[in-house]
Amino acid sequence: MSEPRNMDQTADTLAGRAAANREPLPKKERMRIDRGHMPEQDAMARARNFAEVNLGYTEQLAIIEADRCLQCPKPYCVDGCPVTVNIPNFIRLLGEGNIKGAADSLLGDNALPCVTGRVCPQETQCEQVCLRAKTGTPVAIGNLERYVADWAINHTEVFADTKAAPTGKKVAIVGSGPAGLSAAGALAKRGHKVTIFEAFHAAGGVLIYGIPEFRLPKDIVQKEVDRLVADGVQIEHNSIIGKTYTLPELREKFDAVFVAVGAGLPVFMNVPGENLKGVYSANEYLTRVNLMGAYNPDSDTPVLHGQRVAVVGGGNVAMDSVRTARRLGAAESVCVYRRSRAELPARAEEVHHAEQEGVRFDFLVAPTEVLGDEKGWVTGLKCVRMELGEPDASGRRRPVEIPGSEFVFPCDMVVVAIGTKSNPLLTSTSPDLRVNKWGYIEIDDNLQTSMPGVFAGGDIVRGAATVILAMGDGKKAAANIDAYLQGTLG
Amino acid sequence: MHPIVERTQLSPNVTRLVVEAPRIAEIRRPGQFVIVRRGPGGERIPLTIADVDKAAGTISLVIQAIGKSTHELTSLTVGEAIQDIAGPLGNPTHLLEKGNAVCVGGGVGTAVAYPIAQALAANGVHVTSVIGGRSKEWVIYEEELRKVGDVVVCTDDGSYGRPGFVTEALKELCEAGGIDEVFAIGPVPMMRACSELTRPYAIKTTVSLNSIMIDGTGMCGGCRVSIDGKTEYACVDGPEFDGHQVDFRQMADRLNTYRDFEQVALERWATAHPQAHS
Repeated sequence: MSEPRNMDQTADTLAGRAAANREPLPKKERMRIDRGHMPEQDAMARARNFAEVNLGYTEQLAIIEADRCLQCPKPYCVDGCPVTVNIPNFIRLLGEGNIKGAADSLLGDNALPCVTGRVCPQETQCEQVCLRAKTGTPVAIGNLERYVADWAINHTEVFADTKAAPTGKKVAIVGSGPAGLSAAGALAKRGHKVTIFEAFHAAGGVLIYGIPEFRLPKDIVQKEVDRLVADGVQIEHNSIIGKTYTLPELREKFDAVFVAVGAGLPVFMNVPGENLKGVYSANEYLTRVNLMGAYNPDSDTPVLHGQRVAVVGGGNVAMDSVRTARRLGAAESVCVYRRSRAELPARAEEVHHAEQEGVRFDFLVAPTEVLGDEKGWVTGLKCVRMELGEPDASGRRRPVEIPGSEFVFPCDMVVVAIGTKSNPLLTSTSPDLRVNKWGYIEIDDNLQTSMPGVFAGGDIVRGAATVILAMGDGKKAAANIDAYLQGTLG
Repeated sequence: MHPIVERTQLSPNVTRLVVEAPRIAEIRRPGQFVIVRRGPGGERIPLTIADVDKAAGTISLVIQAIGKSTHELTSLTVGEAIQDIAGPLGNPTHLLEKGNAVCVGGGVGTAVAYPIAQALAANGVHVTSVIGGRSKEWVIYEEELRKVGDVVVCTDDGSYGRPGFVTEALKELCEAGGIDEVFAIGPVPMMRACSELTRPYAIKTTVSLNSIMIDGTGMCGGCRVSIDGKTEYACVDGPEFDGHQVDFRQMADRLNTYRDFEQVALERWATAHPQAHS
């Protein structure tokens, strides 16, 4: 971990004071501290490598940042957190120099803090409602979470074995993404025997196939998974529910089931030329690069290295794709989005990082055709310019085509990142499982499906959402499954 | 882990591995496939399940050594193991209940045609298999297919059976009439030729498409094929499709997406393993 840059003088002094004397700072002094910047890898260097962009706080930076927290009696930040982490508590313990205590507190609330500390949109959750945001910048809650979580994952030896007495109950979890892993952790802590069924050869779901190494290193995910396995969670790889086993079969063999298979199928644009060589779904492109390690030239799995790449879409998956293409050598990597900058669904940090890395954005542009040569390779993306019209059902202004504005963006690769839809493999082999018209599983307030004892959460219920919302579902489902197993579910 | 319990060299570049996979052996149906990953760093590749032994809990994988990954798999010996096998994937073959079927197998595709022929025969369908290879040593699964019906062997050089391509033998069968369905499985040009041949006779023709895949569950969309102008996924909508509706040109195009990478990988592998036959 490199030293932070631009550390100001005030902070230095405070750190010295903090290290010598951990008495709580008066509020006035806390207010004087500016938010600590997350140290980052240089933009030009990182645009060509897959190492993590954010380098993490140093101990000194973390303790200073912890001192910025006002310890509100009514902490809005906790309400802003989908997994209700007791934020002021772990920050207070960290500020007191009790990092082990901070880690115990954090891990009690959140099964995957190394992950959420990196990929959560804190700016629209805990940090948005932080009292300090009203008069300046919020406490860097995400950065502090990451600091404490990384410390914990590298000091597993200091944590006591907290396994509860076995209940004798067996729970099956379908999918090892954020929802499944969170539920697994919480259920194992309550003494239930948990088996996760994962379709791929490795656990982690979107955390390993989707989110790139430069945002979430895979060894971190592996360590989080290892911690769950150490807690007694079993993982059955290469098990596709709907094929290898059906959901009704699992229901017979287990006392309860949690379905967290994710959203699944890629959505394509449905324009001519989409099956040309060089057109990828974001799912395929990112899976090749991340899960299969194709960014490493020694990997057995190949991936095309586009020189001029168009990524269609404006969400976090589009940002991951466009930044990945840049790292794989694209001279030009362009995000093509049919609305304007204001409507970009991606996190502000990802957009900012992408721009720093030389990614170009082309707003108010919609593709109409992928062009190719006689050998079936992509040569360009035909587009039209759009303007914003009346608001649509989502409340955002609908993009409307400008007549006669057609143009061609010459490129050798196109990545389609416009969303996903539900995968019917599991649901089509579960006749008693009720789904809505889009194929997503219907649940009640307890996250229970139409099959008693079968619960569901994450993207297969919500449609495409975020890691942390999926984790919130996993945590809630675990509590409800625990109640169900004890016969106390309301 | 899936230990290899038997290894047989079927032709100069086709190997049969019998591997332990009890759950898949128990539930697989003809036409289905698995995704195999040899071990750490390995590629995920789709392979049809050629046969199963439920009692022994094993499945047979017939692999043509073309690139690095398939060379590595076919270099495995009894006692070694394949780390990951996921499945069974894809839809089972839609099997005729009666009548006459012709199963055409080209090269390693003959091993894919075999479980279909076997299941059709078990249904009481009369099966004629037309199988081919460059020469005698390239013909596989003849003995097995003879147990489930008639077999016509064709070799390009005439060294065994009748000289010429499988399409010539198929044409004669079409002329003779009475065929309810043709299954054509092999290299893309062969499947295309068979489908074109049966079209004027209006004989239902089913082909099995071996597209490039990663997950095999519909997640990546890499295996997409054009069927009657509509995009479908070979992994979840197939792998079997109506040969008269497949855009074979696009299929062949997409299959060579990574040809340059594959060449480099194979050369590097061959240099590191000079003793391995290729």
